[in-house]
Amino acid sequence: MHFQLVQNFPFFTILLCLISAVICSVLSGKAARFVNTALLITVTVMNALVFMYVNMTGESYVYMMGHFPAPWGNEIRVGVLEAFMATFFAIIMLLSMFGGHHKLLEEVDEEKHRLYYILVNLLLSSLLALVYTNDLFTAYVFVEINTISAAGLIMIRQIGRTIEAAVRYMIMSLLGSGLLLMGICMLYDLTGHLLMSNIKEQVAILATDPNSQVPLMITITIMSVGLCIKCALFPFHAWLPDAYGYSTVSSAAMLSSLVSKGYIFLLIKIIYRVIGFDVYERSHIMNILFIFALCGMIFGSVSAIRESDIRRMIAFSSVAQIGYIFMGIGMGTKAGMVAAIFHILTHAATKSLLFIAAIGLTDVSGYSRKFYDITGAGYRNKVAGVGFLVGSLSMVGVPLFSGFISKYLFATGAIKLTGKMMPALICLAVSTILNAIYFMKTVIRIYTPDNSLHYQSVKTKDEMLYAFTMVGFIAINLLLGINSHPVVLFIEQGLEMFS
Amino acid sequence: MSKRKADFEYEKSFSYKFNTWLSGTEDPYVGKVEMKKQHHRKTDEATIQERMREHHKLREKVYDVDNKMVVSFNKLYKVFAIIFCIFLFLLLAWNVSYLPPLGAADKAVNNEVPKRYIESGIEETGAINFVTGMILDYRAFDTLGESNVLFCATITVLILLQITDKKKKKTDEDMIFEPHDDPILKLSAKVLVPVIMIFGVYVVLNGHLSPGGGFSGGAIIGAGLILYQNAFGFSKAKLIFNEKTYKSISACALLTYCLCKTYSFFTGANHLDSHIPLGIPGHILSSGLILILNICVGMVVACTMYTFYVMFRKGDF
Repeated sequence: MHFQLVQNFPFFTILLCLISAVICSVLSGKAARFVNTALLITVTVMNALVFMYVNMTGESYVYMMGHFPAPWGNEIRVGVLEAFMATFFAIIMLLSMFGGHHKLLEEVDEEKHRLYYILVNLLLSSLLALVYTNDLFTAYVFVEINTISAAGLIMIRQIGRTIEAAVRYMIMSLLGSGLLLMGICMLYDLTGHLLMSNIKEQVAILATDPNSQVPLMITITIMSVGLCIKCALFPFHAWLPDAYGYSTVSSAAMLSSLVSKGYIFLLIKIIYRVIGFDVYERSHIMNILFIFALCGMIFGSVSAIRESDIRRMIAFSSVAQIGYIFMGIGMGTKAGMVAAIFHILTHAATKSLLFIAAIGLTDVSGYSRKFYDITGAGYRNKVAGVGFLVGSLSMVGVPLFSGFISKYLFATGAIKLTGKMMPALICLAVSTILNAIYFMKTVIRIYTPDNSLHYQSVKTKDEMLYAFTMVGFIAINLLLGINSHPVVLFIEQGLEMFS
Repeated sequence: MSKRKADFEYEKSFSYKFNTWLSGTEDPYVGKVEMKKQHHRKTDEATIQERMREHHKLREKVYDVDNKMVVSFNKLYKVFAIIFCIFLFLLLAWNVSYLPPLGAADKAVNNEVPKRYIESGIEETGAINFVTGMILDYRAFDTLGESNVLFCATITVLILLQITDKKKKKTDEDMIFEPHDDPILKLSAKVLVPVIMIFGVYVVLNGHLSPGGGFSGGAIIGAGLILYQNAFGFSKAKLIFNEKTYKSISACALLTYCLCKTYSFFTGANHLDSHIPLGIPGHILSSGLILILNICVGMVVACTMYTFYVMFRKGDF
């Protein structure tokens, strides 16, 4: 069997991220930034080529990492969904880095820029590995890199609140990692494998054995709860608002749109490729996730309404959106899963747009984040104003924007359910209204003319780059909103390849 | 008849020092070790009372002590935390009782995977130590990730603790952080550090032949560096290990590691021959890339340990 060159690209991109992280450690901040940008563009292009290739052949393939085949050595697996996610993550990361560059210069010590780019490169490598891996232990190793570099991204801006947020993040996230590791150990003890497809075979046998029902249940629960803590599902979201609200804006955008999404994608992979969808459904964990998700949708939005700080408001909105994604997973049907994955894309594209637009608005309002001060900011920074408007409309779920499609998918998925239909639809409706309340409140405020004129003539650096970022994010939003059909098809195709 | 030494000559000799030390006429610490005078706290009743009052005042100012809701919530929180921990413990214990017993022959873990590691590990990897062969050849991707976890952790610690402010560097007297000039520590470090270092290098180099390897050997070397720094202070430790050394060593080691593994993964996945001789198992120069990788891992681990120590202690090399 001879490989095409393009089939090597997933492995190349992971190793390239690691190598460029190492190279960045001996470069100056500016050179490190150049390496980082070049890396992100290369990774995007390479993964897009892989996506095109897999889409053309129509089947997934495994890639052996080393000279030994799978249960003995490591391997990665490439399918449509994986390649699509990897490309998407790289694009969002590139835009987030562009949009937050001027804030990074302002808020971070110049000598530490280099370290920031190292962490970003490592974060990208871990995301790619989480997306592509076919081995549970490899996934755990890269979850560790993901956790540590995310904590570094939070505290690169050294003020009291970010340090406190990073400590909280570290405690909660390590609790999640610990539970995940325990789950993996138990699963290894039960099945004797770490490779996803082999575990699935064994689990299918174990699921029929009455003696191993209890350990299997507990293992599945522990792994799911561990990953839920790491991606801030409702009762475990205490670390989130400060971490997203006070860190430098590129970090906030990446944390909300990529880091938590990597874990959710891993959970979906575990459901499909490790435990098996049927076994997972029978374990009733999905119902618990569903309840948590509904609570998160309501309580996250209520907290966002009560917030008087624009960045923390967007952060609390993330709690609600994570709730949406888990509602899709908790529905326990394929339609729900498709909706959840589509919402991962929507939320990644929209939340980073909102964070970066919000920073543009606060910059022209004397760096104040209070609602009173950002009155009329949409006129003072027009690009950011338009970006925030688009982001808000998308989150609320107005047609043409990607948020509408994901809400539509959630609703159509919920209709086919028997027991969960009413709560899902009611919570979807209530949460949409709550979303509209706080987002429209902000939009109205930034477009209310402010005649006091005390914030005029603030020039931000890198205006062109900022505008380019905004245009990029808006384009992705519109693309997902208008041209949703092929994306949904890719997701369905990818999920079929999973099992 | 022996020649009598002059008094001043005798005072320098070892036997004189030993005699004075034995008879207790001279304290070897006096005049040689920098000692700080101890401040005795005033411990009469009145000052303690006053201190407690101040503390309570501060507490009342900062915290909402009178709020009964908060107080009862805190109590409930503790109770629930304990109940939850006990519940989790019992749940896990219950789970463990269902898992197959340790060492049972029919355990699921005893399948074809460890069988191949044990039966053909030496032949395929060239390493006598199965564990090394497994982590650095069979499952090398995991270990590559693991050494990058260490790298990532060092970077995060540098972000958190490194002092980059130039002014702060100058005003902060290094003396506060310097160890006191302790002859016992110095002498024992003089003896121990070379031994520890050599042992560490031995463990790293023999990783494929005997228990040990990059991770444990690197930790030993790191411990040796920390001991040296403690005994001789930052000014001397800087000569052998500073920021430049850290950067160059960790970058070179990780880069070599990544490039080696890129080559071996690429050839492996494309079913090409890697052209790396495995050598004769048991020889020091054998087992292909494993030796190089062990050295790289050892260097990364040693750098990480020492950098952690220095950062937590002073915030600069």
